[in-house]
Amino acid sequence: MFGYEFYVDTSRCIGCQSCLTACEECETHRGVSMINFDFLDRPNTIASAAFVCFHCEDPTCAEVCPADAIKKVEDGVVQSALKPRCIACSNCVLACPFGIPKIVPAYEQMMKCDMCYDRTSAGKRPMCATVCPSGALAYAHPDEIARTRRDQPVNTVRFGAELVRTKVFLMAPPGRDEIAIDITDYMWEGEPA
Amino acid sequence: MKPNPLWREEFSVFEADERYVNRRQLTKFLTLTSLAMFAGNIWILLKAWLRAGIPYPMRAVARAGEIAVGGVKLFEYPGPEEQCILVRTSEESYVAYSQKCTHLSCAVYYSALDRRLECPCHRGYFSIEDGSVLQGPPSRPLARVVLERRGPELVAIRMEERPEGR
Repeated sequence: MFGYEFYVDTSRCIGCQSCLTACEECETHRGVSMINFDFLDRPNTIASAAFVCFHCEDPTCAEVCPADAIKKVEDGVVQSALKPRCIACSNCVLACPFGIPKIVPAYEQMMKCDMCYDRTSAGKRPMCATVCPSGALAYAHPDEIARTRRDQPVNTVRFGAELVRTKVFLMAPPGRDEIAIDITDYMWEGEPA
Repeated sequence: MKPNPLWREEFSVFEADERYVNRRQLTKFLTLTSLAMFAGNIWILLKAWLRAGIPYPMRAVARAGEIAVGGVKLFEYPGPEEQCILVRTSEESYVAYSQKCTHLSCAVYYSALDRRLECPCHRGYFSIEDGSVLQGPPSRPLARVVLERRGPELVAIRMEERPEGR
């Protein structure tokens, strides 16, 4: 599967949560689901979103790790924290702009999506991408995505002044070449009473 | 573009750039290496014990007059591929030693000029009279082959092991 990339399209997510169950079957972290799944605004909408790790080009989680436990391998996949090194300090959890890493208290270790490294490194698709019925999580060739999707795959996210390039693509409206997120916008809770 | 700070280089996020040996790796290395050394020493000890019980064979190594005074003959004793060196030091005296230097097992040679056995590897010299160390890194004398004259033949009877040192 040379040249295959991961595409996340949250607008396609139907909230079936197959990916969560499939993820638990992954050999690298059996029994623990690494998908970040959210209902966006539960009282008002059925919209849901499933995310995997975006595997940043310059992974903030790894850079802030005081124990040097988070490593990026040659093919650009950022791995879970190495068990012998991880001290479960949660620095990565706080640092990740996408909120992906999670501390698993039972193991005292940070675990995150490693793009099913046992599978993708052997030419197979990640577990979540094999089960997703709607293509919200897809592991496909860029040509296939260009042929079948109207949206534009984007792997540049701007958080204020910080530009983050990722390995995983997000689907953006056509014509966009980056996604800009204004954090302060989300923190706005309305005019004070 | 800003130059990379030192921590980026020393604690690279890339697995391939990792250069430091961590504590666990070092501990594992030390433990396993000492275990291997221990096992190796036990093996050497067992081998020496097993070997001690085997009696030496008798073997005719040369005929009298076969080599000239100051001449040398190589032979294998007690087993094959265990090279020994026979030297005729004078008209009536013959000496034989294992050719294996007691330092690192290089083959020693007889120097007729200086009347000593010389190891070319690290310049260890042994006395031709009794095989004791004259100079150099070896700490033990050469193992001597005890010879006996039987009619016209020189017969090797046994090895004289002197592990107690010089």
